[in-house]
Amino acid sequence: MELLERFAAGDLDAFEALFRQHQREVYGWIVRIVRDSGAAEDLTVETFWRIYRARDRFDATGNFRAWARRIATNAALDHLKRVRPETELVDDFPSPPGGDPAIGSELRRHITRAFLELPAKYRLVATLALIEEEPYNEIAEAVGISVALVKVRIFRAVRMLRKKLNFLRAEVKAK
Amino acid sequence: MNNHENDKELQALLKQALPPVQDTELQRDLWPQMLRRLDERQLHVPWFDWVLAAATAVALVIFPGAIPALLYHL
Repeated sequence: MELLERFAAGDLDAFEALFRQHQREVYGWIVRIVRDSGAAEDLTVETFWRIYRARDRFDATGNFRAWARRIATNAALDHLKRVRPETELVDDFPSPPGGDPAIGSELRRHITRAFLELPAKYRLVATLALIEEEPYNEIAEAVGISVALVKVRIFRAVRMLRKKLNFLRAEVKAK
Repeated sequence: MNNHENDKELQALLKQALPPVQDTELQRDLWPQMLRRLDERQLHVPWFDWVLAAATAVALVIFPGAIPALLYHL
């Protein structure tokens, strides 16, 4: 029996093999969304727990990687909804010291705050598209929506961000 | 400045404030953590089992005469 079939049948050894094959990729995807290595580790385990629970529904002829990424994205989205922006400002991956000096730390803080205040579903798509520059079709597949809807969400996220940052625009141009 | 340029400027600002995550490498094997999670769930007792146990305990306190009958049936 193939690995995926054994996994779908509830074989723990097959699950372990899949876990070891995919844990790094799942973690790498999640950490780019949540930007917190500790939370990403927990969410990787949560993702595989959801995968294990849903093994009966997995089509053994299907694409495990795509399925895992979809579940990982949902777990990351749940995390973004759960964690309030006020408690999330500690970024594991701060800006490098050699960043654009025109952008002061105050402005950076405002942008970060405005971005973290976006509704989770917009923030997720905007993070992947605008910051991580993932292809739209990959984002669409991971989130489980169409490419057109990805574009709509990015458009709305940018519009919301622009609204929040409007008062800062003059400051940026002055520098 | 048109909308497209505005969007590009906004994206550049955003990437300055929140640069792409460079270190996406997992630092440790998470399988032991996964095993603990699986064990926790296996040991988890559903809430209705606790309710049943509590109801049985209350019933035995109110009707102690039922204890021999219960023991007989176990």
